[in-house]
Order: sequence, then structure tokens, then C-alpha cells
Amino acid sequence: MSGELAQFLLSGLTVGSIYALVALGFAIIYNASHVINFAQGEFVMIGGMATVSLLGAGLPLALAAALAVALAALIGLALARFAVQPARGASVVTLIIITIGAAILLRGLAALVWDKRIHALPAFSGDAPIAVAGATLAPQSLWVIGVTALIVCALWAFFNRTLNGKAILAVSHNRLAAQLMGISVRRVLLVSFALSAALGALAGILVAPITFTSWDVGVMLGLKGFAAAILGGMGSGPGAVLGGLVLGLLESLGAGYLSSAYKDAIAFIVMLAVLMLMPGGLLGARAAERV
Amino acid sequence: MSLLRAEGLAKEFGGVRAVEGLDFEIREGQVFSVIGPNGAGKTTLLNLLTGIYRPSAGRLWLAGRALAARAPHQFAAAGIGRTFQNLQIFFNMSALENVMAGRHLHERCGLLAALARTPRLARAERDCRRLARELLEFVGLAAYADAPADSLPYGALKRLEIARALAAEPRLLLLDEPAAGLNPSEIRGIDGLIQGLAKRGITVVLVEHNMKLVMGVSDHVLVLDYGRKLAEGAPEAVRGDPRVIEAYLGGAEH
Amino acid sequence: MRGLLALAAVVLLAPLALANNYHYEIAILVGLNAIVCVGLNLLIGYAGQVSLGHAGFFGIGAYGSAILAARYGWPPLASLAAATAAAALLAWVVGRPILRLRGHYLAMATLGLGIIISIVITTEDRYTGGPDGMSVPPLALAGFALSGERAWYWLVGALLVATVWLSLNLIDSPVGRALRALHGSEVAAEVAGIDSARHKLLAFVLSAAIAGLAGALTAHYAGFITPGKATFLHSIELVVMVVFGGMASTFGAVVGAAVLTALPQLLTVFKEYEMVVFGGVMMLTMIFMPTGLVPTLAMLARRRR
Ligand SMILES: Nc1ncnc2c1ncn2[C@@H]1O[C@H](COP(=O)(O)OP(=O)(O)OP(=O)(O)O)[C@@H](O)[C@H]1O
Ligand SMILES: [Mg+2]
Repeated sequence: MSGELAQFLLSGLTVGSIYALVALGFAIIYNASHVINFAQGEFVMIGGMATVSLLGAGLPLALAAALAVALAALIGLALARFAVQPARGASVVTLIIITIGAAILLRGLAALVWDKRIHALPAFSGDAPIAVAGATLAPQSLWVIGVTALIVCALWAFFNRTLNGKAILAVSHNRLAAQLMGISVRRVLLVSFALSAALGALAGILVAPITFTSWDVGVMLGLKGFAAAILGGMGSGPGAVLGGLVLGLLESLGAGYLSSAYKDAIAFIVMLAVLMLMPGGLLGARAAERV
Repeated sequence: MSLLRAEGLAKEFGGVRAVEGLDFEIREGQVFSVIGPNGAGKTTLLNLLTGIYRPSAGRLWLAGRALAARAPHQFAAAGIGRTFQNLQIFFNMSALENVMAGRHLHERCGLLAALARTPRLARAERDCRRLARELLEFVGLAAYADAPADSLPYGALKRLEIARALAAEPRLLLLDEPAAGLNPSEIRGIDGLIQGLAKRGITVVLVEHNMKLVMGVSDHVLVLDYGRKLAEGAPEAVRGDPRVIEAYLGGAEH
Repeated sequence: MRGLLALAAVVLLAPLALANNYHYEIAILVGLNAIVCVGLNLLIGYAGQVSLGHAGFFGIGAYGSAILAARYGWPPLASLAAATAAAALLAWVVGRPILRLRGHYLAMATLGLGIIISIVITTEDRYTGGPDGMSVPPLALAGFALSGERAWYWLVGALLVATVWLSLNLIDSPVGRALRALHGSEVAAEVAGIDSARHKLLAFVLSAAIAGLAGALTAHYAGFITPGKATFLHSIELVVMVVFGGMASTFGAVVGAAVLTALPQLLTVFKEYEMVVFGGVMMLTMIFMPTGLVPTLAMLARRRR
């Protein structure tokens, strides 16, 4: 394998991991409520920006990161409780506008509370590059890929081994049946928003040392995570992870070999192609409509 | 004369055979009823006859010609209209506009004419409005004409669907449980309505659980069970058929 | 008809309240946005098909006409027509596969389309000037360059009244009923003989053409165009204008465009809070008055009586 290719693959896997985390956030909320949360990207921003500012206030990195994740989870909870729940059963456009409104509101607040400058987090364990197969790998990439892998395992265990996780799955499969079994659909909605927000924030913290962070990073990261969710199949957890990684690789290879000017367009071209040719995505199910 | 003929009609949903190897013939001017226990495949059959589902196997003939329609709107253009078991009303319009929308096939107009509202279109619209009012009167909803559809009571919505379907002047009208959820006096109204349709020369396929209604208005009854034809014939003959009694009583036990 | 006359009266009388060129400028922008929103409302409000990418068509109209006029020397009227046609053509080509999708999926596809268009505009800087934008020659009608706020005001005002008139006619025609029907129940519309794919495409192409035309006019009016008007955020702004004013209400679209275009301009003191206010208004409107301003007011007025 040429060093160049190895380099593209490694950086593709790194961004892909971030997309996967964001896509997982989309999938969890979509499953629990059939809402597409356009504010997902803002949690990524909040994770990065809050950590930066807490770090600036003198907190140690681990504590700052933990608090940032908790803050995002709280905001996610508030979003579910005060904006999404009151609009239950509303039309698709209505829900889209509510979550986009929330995204703009959060972005505006971030610009007010923090600032409009670009910030960097220090890498978690230094910047000394590691040589791998003729390419160099920043230690932070290992953090990104490793933590993502851990989270995917933890989520798998959560959804398959714990009652809360199974309740979310039950609601996503059949809301009515789940309700009849005594599962609180309300609580599932709240839990799923908090969980997704925490995931997004974590992604934002992990990636901040590599790509920097600012009040408006949420837009592109959110939209690309969204493209990853579609590629994997909306509402499929494993699909979100696969979609994120594949998208990261496609983007990195496309930018490297085809056109770096159109790097940002790749995700959306892939998304459009998937929607037109196989709307179920790589791993998504297709539901038939009944009359 | 045979208006609609089906041969070997089948529909499968990932292993579930909702309709299987169905042969039947609907004669012009008949009230042709389809009965059967819940899940027998009656609605699926109507969906096949209106192009909402593509059959897994089998063929259809309309008035002696192979039915070439593919999309549902082409089935409509071929002269097949229907109502729905679960109401499919245009709740974003008035009752009258629902019926006017039902006349779409007879109201062809180009985009430019629509944008400029040509005098010709204005005249056509007046006629369409008048016809729609007549139909609302026919189904007994004249009083509701200008009310928003979402303000109508359930029983009225059922009849609104019939009026909308009639507006297209179908040769074959499929009614999916028009009496379900109605009280006895409303059901008598539906009974009278179906007899009125027969008098207008419209061929009716009636899917219904209310046996009194079915036995009273039908010329011919087809009994489905698990997607297959269980029995077929005149109402009295079907009513006495031991297999039919077995299917219904057997179904009633659990 | 009464509504149309009222709108015409407002357009005719508004100059009495417009004190300076800046006021005229706002009024012109309101008019141009209102034209886009009336078209977009046909798609979103009446046909029930979401689009989060109409700023893309606006951008194609704006940049198409700007490039043809500035770089290839086309007469502005011809470039305007060609750019509008280009927006319509693109909508027609991509509309077929995209409009098979529903709800969220359609929203995502149109969003993707809009973003791709905006990335192309920003990237192809040889033609578009990239992120810095490009200048656009003024519109010339029969040899006379159309200049001055007042001339533009009357042009845009007349176009707005015409667009509203055409839109009202369309909605109350068999075509408009077909659009509303497929919004109400697509299967019932099909069973009534309505070719839903064809009608969705028609609404999509029509709204895209109108957005393209307004985009081209905006470019020629402003004399300068930047990619900002073609971005995802502008797509959202357009949808919010439609929904805020009232979906499935032509006058709602006009009011929504007017309020959301004029307010930020008049409240420039609050520049820093603009996003917070805008996001908050979006959320509150949707939660507490999901049918939008004009239908909600109409309902309240009816209840009073
Ligand atoms: N879209 C679909 N996907 C999967 N299975 C379906 C679908 N539509 C119908 N079925 C199945 O096909 C069978 C027949 O259903 P159908 O609705 O035709 O019954 P029916 O006779 O109309 O019943 P009812 O009297 O309750 O209306 C059922 O087992 C149903 O679950
Ligand atoms: Mg049924």
C-alpha cells in the first residue's frame, strides 16, 4: 500500500468516526420519535466550545470534557421537553423548522456567550506523530477512533442488555405496542435526546484538537453526520456507524484523488445518490405503506 | 357482459399470502359483494383492483380487454373508482372541493389556462361546482357543501368519499366497508345509497362485514378466507354454505 | 379577489410611507422575497412537499443571469429569461427522482441539492467570483437601463401583484385542487385519477422558476451578488417566511416575507441578537401557532364573530 493511500485511509477513518458519532445521534432520536433533529450538529459545537471555555477557566481537561458533555445532555433534554414534545404529532415541516430554529438559537447563543473566534483544544496526548504503514498518524486520531469504538460497544450493550435501551428499541419498532406494555414514550424521547446530545458533544470534544472549533462548526458537521445517517440507512444504529466510516473514507479519498475543492460536496452528492437510488441506505429497512 | 375479470390474482407480502389464486368475474350492473373474516384479504383485493398494489401473479381484464394500467391514476382513468376503509379524505379542503377534486379526470386543463383562469375554464369550473353539489345532494350532504371537510361527522365523511368517487363517473365502484362504524339509521342510508347506485347503472363491488346489508343489496357474493376463494354465488346460496358458516363461526370462537 | 385588490392598494399606497431610498430598498427586497415565497408556498403549503433547497434555484437565477450578462455580454432581459429557464430545467431534471421521496427524505434530498448548488457557486470562482461575489450589470428594458429605487419599486410591485394573481387562479383551478388533494391524501388523489408525480413535479418546477426569476431580478437590482443568497441558511429563511406567514395561504406567504425581511432590517440595533431572535421566533411560532400568522388571525377573527 502506498504511503499516500494509507494516509488518506487513516484520515478518512478519523473523520469517519466523528461522522459516525453524529449519525448515531440522528439515528437514536429518529428511532425514538421519528424526528430528524437538525440541531444535532450544535451539540458537537457545544461539546468543543464548552470544553475550550472550561479549560480556559482552569479546569483539568477530563473534568472540562465531562462537564461539557453533561451540559449538552441537559440542553438536549430541554430541547426535547420544551420544543419537541409540545409539537408531537405535528407535520414534518413543523418539526423540521422547530429543530432548525433550535440550531440557529443555540448557534446565536454560543456566539453571544462565547465568541465568534476559532479555538483549538490541545491534543489529549501530545502531537508527536506515529508512523503507520508509510503514513503518519496524529495521536489524537487514535483517540478519536478508539473512543468511537468504545462508544459503539457501549451503545450496543445499552440497547441490547439494559431495560432503558430495550425500551427505546421497543418504541422505535412499535410505538403503540410499547405503550401498551407500559413503556413511557415520553421518557424514551427525553432519554434519546439527552443521549444523542451527549454523543454529539463527545464527538465535538474529540475532533476539536484536529479541526479546531468555533461557534459555527455545527452546521457542516451536523449536515455531514446527517448524510452519513442516510447513507447507512435512517434509523439503523449499525448503519450509522458504517455510513459514517464509509463517508469519511469517500471524502478523504475523493479529496485526495479527485478534487479537493469539492471535498465538502462529496457527502451531499453521496447522500443525494443514496436517496434517489436506494432510499433505505446500506442497512436500513424499507417499510411499505398501508392503506 | 363481464365488466371485470380476474385470473389467478395473487398478492404476497414477504411470505404472507394476502390474496392467492383468485378467479372471479364481475358482471356489468351487478352489486358484487366480497365478504370474509378480518384479514381475509378483502382490502388487499381492492388495492390490487385499483393499482395501489402490483399483483404478485395473475391478470385482470376490464370490459374484455387486458388492463394495461400501471399507476393507480391510470386505473382511475380506466374507470375504476373506490372508497377507503380507513378514511382518505382531503381534510385540507371543503366538502364541495373534495367532490370537485374527484372530477379531476373530466376537468383536464393546462397550466397556462389555470394560471390565467380563461373564460372557458371559468365556465367549466361552474359546471363542475354544480355537478359536485348535485352529488353531495345525492349522498345527502347538501347541507355540508361549504363546510371544511375536517368539521364533518364520521358518518358524513363516509358518504363524502362515495360522492367523491362518483364524481369521476366510474364504471366500477369499489366500496371498502362503507357501513363500518355507522349507527343503524346511517346504515339504512348507505343501503339506500347503494341501491340508488345500482339504479344509475353503476357496477358496485361491496366489501362489508354487515351481513344484513350484504344479503339485502348483493346480486353476487364472493367469500374470501385466508386470501382464497371459499365460496361464491347468490346471497342465499352463500349464506347456507356450510364452509362459510364454519369460517365465520370458527373465526368467532377466538 | 378582495385580497388581491387589497394587496394592489398596499403596493400603490406604500410609497406614501416610504421616506427615503433605504425604505424603498427594503420594500423592494420584501417584494422580491414575497414573490419567491408565493411560489414556494405552492409547493410546500399547497402540494405539501417540503423543499430545503430553494435558495439553490434562487442562486442559479441570480448567478446565471449575472454571468450571462456580465461575462458573455447577453442583454440582461435575455439573460434573465435564460437563467429562469435554467432553474426550471434543473428542477425538472432532478425533480423526477427526488419527488418520489416523502416527508423527511424529501427534505434531506432537497437540502443536499441546495448545498451542492451553493458549493458549486462558491467553488467555480472563475465564473462566479467565488466567496467575494461578482458585480452584475443593471437591467435594461428596451434600451433604457432600469435604475433608481422608484423604478424598481414599481416593477417589483407589479410583478408581486401579478404573481399573487396567478397563484390565486392556480389554487382555485383543477390543477390547484389536484395539488391540494395530493397533500391531503396521496392515495386518494391517485385513485381520483390525479397523476401525483406529474403534479408534484409541476409545483416543484414552477416554484423553482419563480425563485430563479426573483434571484435574477435581485442580482440585477443589487448590482452585486454573493453566494450568501444561495446557501442552506437562505433556503431555511425562505421556508420560515412561508411557514411563519401561513402555509397554504398565498397572502400568508406575502406577510411572512414582509415581516421577516423588514424586521431584521429595521432592528439593526439588535444585530448581535439576530440569530437568537430568529431561532426563537421559528420555534415559538411552530409550537404555538403551527398554522402560521395569517390563518391563525383569520381563525381568531372568525371566532370573534
Ligand atoms: N402492506 C402490507 N404489508 C404486509 N402485510 C399486509 C399488507 N397489507 C395487508 N397485509 C396482510 O394481508 C392480510 C390481508 O389483509 P387485508 O387488509 O386485505 O384484510 P381484510 O380482509 O381487508 O381485513 P379487514 O376485514 O380487517 O379489513 C393480513 O394478514 C394483513 O396483515
Ligand atoms: Mg379491510
